Amino acid sequence: MTEQPMVRFENVSKRYGALTVLDGLDLEIARGEKVSVIGPSGSGKTTVLRMLMTLETINDGVIWVEGEPLTHMKRNGKLVPADLAHIRRIRAKIGMVFQSFNLFPHMTAMANCIEAPMTVLGMKRADAQARAAELLDMVGLSQKKDHYPSQLSGGQQQRVAIARALAMRPKIMLFDEVTSALDPELVGEVLQVIRQIGREHDLTMLMVTHQMGFAKEFSDRVCFFYQGKICEQGPPSELFGAPKNERTRQFLHAVLEAG
Amino acid sequence: MGIRTLVAMLAAALAVIGILATQAGYSLFMPGLLQGAMLTVEIAVLGALLALVMGVLAALVRLYGPAPLRWLATVYVEIFRGTSALVQLFWLFFVLPQFGVSLDAFPVAVMALGLNVGAYGSEVVRGAILSVARGQWEGCTALNMSRAQMLRRVILPQAFVAMIPPWGNLFIELLKSTSLVSLITLSDLAFKAQQMNQNTFKTIPIFTLVLLMYLAMSLVLTIGMRLLERRASAGLARGRAA
Repeated sequence: MTEQPMVRFENVSKRYGALTVLDGLDLEIARGEKVSVIGPSGSGKTTVLRMLMTLETINDGVIWVEGEPLTHMKRNGKLVPADLAHIRRIRAKIGMVFQSFNLFPHMTAMANCIEAPMTVLGMKRADAQARAAELLDMVGLSQKKDHYPSQLSGGQQQRVAIARALAMRPKIMLFDEVTSALDPELVGEVLQVIRQIGREHDLTMLMVTHQMGFAKEFSDRVCFFYQGKICEQGPPSELFGAPKNERTRQFLHAVLEAG
Repeated sequence: MGIRTLVAMLAAALAVIGILATQAGYSLFMPGLLQGAMLTVEIAVLGALLALVMGVLAALVRLYGPAPLRWLATVYVEIFRGTSALVQLFWLFFVLPQFGVSLDAFPVAVMALGLNVGAYGSEVVRGAILSVARGQWEGCTALNMSRAQMLRRVILPQAFVAMIPPWGNLFIELLKSTSLVSLITLSDLAFKAQQMNQNTFKTIPIFTLVLLMYLAMSLVLTIGMRLLERRASAGLARGRAA
């Protein structure tokens, strides 16, 4: 028996009115796999992450997580749209880091990291704090744990956001253009942290990124999205080294040209 | 205006009241006016509490409640916002007894003013909740919080800061509209003043004292709201650490 994929998009479509954002997406991600999603804006790549985090509903298809449906549940052998309790049970396996950080501004870095472990997982404060302190240390911010987000730089805020997501012990981490809102000199520190958790944590990672260099070096597989479909995918060496598709070539040319 | 200026104004108002109270032409009015002021404060404080409860409740129901409750909350808000406080006061006090429900003047005053201001307040609360960035909800979802947890721990604390100044305005409105309750037989500050004026024609001392007393009360309110705002906005309005 082959192992269940960690995530499986099965013929998933997403439409906004007449606009089709994703068109019958089929995508499997193996346990522990690091997948980068690239493509021009409007190609649907961020929507893939948002659907998996259940921030967007889907119009067609099923999303599976570790062999269980996320968007649906089984009732009398049939798949019906999932209720909130089911979604929350499956969603517990997924964490996400956003382009705009979305830290809670009224809480310190530490409070941001212990909030959900305490309210959602029911952890004791002391345990949650110990875990959060470890994670903040890992992202290099143990000195800043009592700072509010407004007192931190963008790169520091994003590192808190990563620690906050990890505090929930997800199996899958989603990164949605996590360096796009950062000043150029702060991008490196965030990518460094992502590299490190890729090495040290047994995580399946799916990231939408514009950092081609990082995607090339970090991922096991790169998917190029174009107009709501995966246009081409493969190991970074192939996709970046010898793209087969004309669209991919054009996109990479345009991006690398811009530096 | 800083809190210091407000505190200075309050101190000045209280000092003037204190000085006037020792003057012969003023002192005889003080006991009656203070009595009226007590009643005004009681109605204002209880009315404000009711307004707060109704405002938050109606806003939450209108945003997240099931359909029938949502309609009910909308009807409440539109009726109490769309008719005058005076008419509501009369209706509760003079019309309701015709249907067999007789209430004392004091609870009617608290109810009418509280429900009236609560209707405005629900829009304040609703607006403040909707003004919290969508990314905050999404951050909560990514942490797998329940709807109630999101509201209680993340959305409401942030909305709370945004709703303090408009609530301050509403409370001051409420304080001033307590003068309407004299029309349903209650002897509040404004009523006492008018009564004394009719009996003595000492218009200047009486209405000078009353003016200062209302001012002092609303300044206390304003200062309280400012302090609350300062406390509640920890982290939200701070600059970047050096």
